[in-house]
Amino acid sequence: MSLHDPFDPNAAMSGCSCGRHASQTQHDIAAGAGVIDALNSRVIQTTVMRALFPKDAERRKFLSAVGASTAWAAISSLIPFGTLEAMAQEKGSLEKKDLKIGFIPITCASPLVMADPLGFYKKQGLNVTVIKTAGWALIRDKVINKEYDASHMLAPMPIAMSMGVGSNPMPINVATIQNINGQAITLHVKHKDKRDPKMWKGFKFAVPFEYSMHNFLLRYYVAEHGLDPDKDIQIRVVPPPEMVANLRAGNLDGYLGPDPFNQRAVFDEVGFIHILSKEIWDGHPCCSFGAPTAFVKENPNTFAALYRAVLTAAAMARDPKNRPIMAEVLAPANYLNQPKAVLEQVLTGKFADGLGNVRTVADRVDFDPFPWYSMAVWILTQMKRWGYIKGDVRYKDIAEQVYLVTDARKHMAEVGLAAPKENFRKIFVMGKEFDPAKPEPYLNSFAMKRT
Amino acid sequence: MKSESIKAALLSVIIFLTFIGAWYIATLPRDNGPVSTADAEYAALMGKGAEKSGGFPAPGKVGQAFVEHLADPFYDKGPNDKGIGIQLAHSLGRVGLGFLLATLVAIPVGFAIGMSPLLFKAFNPFIQVLKPISPLAWMPLALYSLKDSSVSGIFVIFICSVWPMLINTAFGVASVRRDWINVARTLEVRPLRKAFLVILPAAAPTILTGMRISMGIAWLVIVAAEMLVGGTGIGYFVWNEWNNLALPNVIFAVVMIGVVGMLLDLAFGSLQKLVTYRE
Repeated sequence: MSLHDPFDPNAAMSGCSCGRHASQTQHDIAAGAGVIDALNSRVIQTTVMRALFPKDAERRKFLSAVGASTAWAAISSLIPFGTLEAMAQEKGSLEKKDLKIGFIPITCASPLVMADPLGFYKKQGLNVTVIKTAGWALIRDKVINKEYDASHMLAPMPIAMSMGVGSNPMPINVATIQNINGQAITLHVKHKDKRDPKMWKGFKFAVPFEYSMHNFLLRYYVAEHGLDPDKDIQIRVVPPPEMVANLRAGNLDGYLGPDPFNQRAVFDEVGFIHILSKEIWDGHPCCSFGAPTAFVKENPNTFAALYRAVLTAAAMARDPKNRPIMAEVLAPANYLNQPKAVLEQVLTGKFADGLGNVRTVADRVDFDPFPWYSMAVWILTQMKRWGYIKGDVRYKDIAEQVYLVTDARKHMAEVGLAAPKENFRKIFVMGKEFDPAKPEPYLNSFAMKRT
Repeated sequence: MKSESIKAALLSVIIFLTFIGAWYIATLPRDNGPVSTADAEYAALMGKGAEKSGGFPAPGKVGQAFVEHLADPFYDKGPNDKGIGIQLAHSLGRVGLGFLLATLVAIPVGFAIGMSPLLFKAFNPFIQVLKPISPLAWMPLALYSLKDSSVSGIFVIFICSVWPMLINTAFGVASVRRDWINVARTLEVRPLRKAFLVILPAAAPTILTGMRISMGIAWLVIVAAEMLVGGTGIGYFVWNEWNNLALPNVIFAVVMIGVVGMLLDLAFGSLQKLVTYRE
């Protein structure tokens, strides 16, 4: 710290300590002097003193006469140094303030979308534009092209993108999980009598993206019922917003899709909810909030601010009593563009299932943000199971590289969310146990696989 | 002559009214039978009695959409919800830019190809292969290589509107009457002067026909491109309303696309009249 104390009567304020720079500030920048906060407060104090005493000699005289501490007390009673410093600190530490964040208009995106109308981004000093995007492939391309700084992504997408599966490799990090559960298998109303998956031979199903939980859960579900997802049924990629229109047109027999499009199909009387995804794996991740590793490294403070904003929203979204408000906030055309009645059924868990029943499932969707490594490992086992990746997979390494568990835990504590202490936990999918420490034996235990 | 156009206008109005009438009758609400009170809760969750998107919208609903959107065409409620005027302006901006770039390339190149039979033969196979490619087929390629969605949109407009202009320019230049060129040669007119004062005016009607066709194609392409890329524009508007299955708004947008397309075509039509000459 070489910036001179402006309250030191013996120090000259014009020029710098080495005499080669026009001012001390420039000297410090040139010398790469760190400790930004202290430097900031010195710069502010110096600026104020310089404004009060344009001539250095006067300042020295004044300070010698009254003493530095008296001067400091007198001046700080007039000028709010603390506030000035706080303002400067905010400006100095956020590397990038104007951010673009992509999202797909589904309830999974709730935390990162509602952070905009509720002002959580602004509170962190960020000027975020949330941009509705037509499909997951476009999200991927726009993240790779750096049109988006961070984005709503499916939980498996950052893993696939980091590994270079289905695109050029680009390291992506998962900051938080956006939501758990909240998906469903929806079938066309004409299939009301075909509730047994064994009767689904020849069905055309849609999932939002190849590297999605939807794809892996649907494959898992039909395989458990003896159907080969590649031969007995057809799985197509359809962007979520287009699923209902395609179901209505008879283009699809059903889909494992994100809400609100399951409930929307019921609301429009074109489909019914066969099962909720939580009946396959209770607590499964669906979407995540991700950013390129390069962005995380270059903008640590901005990224931390983003983290806090999204986690604040997640904390609010977890509370059941906030769910009706969320439906209100998310319904307008700028965000999800859906009838409020539909969003409310999804978020509160009291819904019509399209078969004449009213069901109440409080945790139909939840917004637990913790990015368990075990989730990533399970996703990798399924990617290998269905032939998306081949050969030896370093499950644990990849999970640890992509999912930011430690950061999530730190920032969750900052916004008052309780985070688990461990990074791995056992998972139960359709009653079958998955031990994240033994991915290969788990993979080998399936009869139907492509390895 | 005058009475005929009045008759035609009258006929147009009758066709329109018949169409609306048929539409109205076809979408009359059907009685779904009384809802039993036992499952009133279920019915409420299904939105019974509430406005929703069931079936094709009646003309009244669509008319309402027209009034709502046209009453406030320039609102801006955030990046994903803007008024129809702003959306159309975005689309027109993209089309204008792509079309301008296409003109800057197509007319000089078309001129060169038209003046030289050798170049014409050499370029012809490439033009014939590139011309019929659908704009949307270019899109993934553009997104991947240009790495910017708005630039990709403009590129797609460019690549699709360049061919008709190029071909028409080349054709127009090549078929300028020999006599005029021979006269110019006898008078020893310098090549540049010959190009601008003899060939250009002679080929102008054909060139403008090409531009008119290109503009029509560009306007067709923009809607598809914006549905794919999203963000802003009339194509995005259609897509966004489709997500919500809000058909009245989609129909409104479809009509607006038609009207703007017609205005663009009329503008080029009158430009064409300006340069037409009689031999």
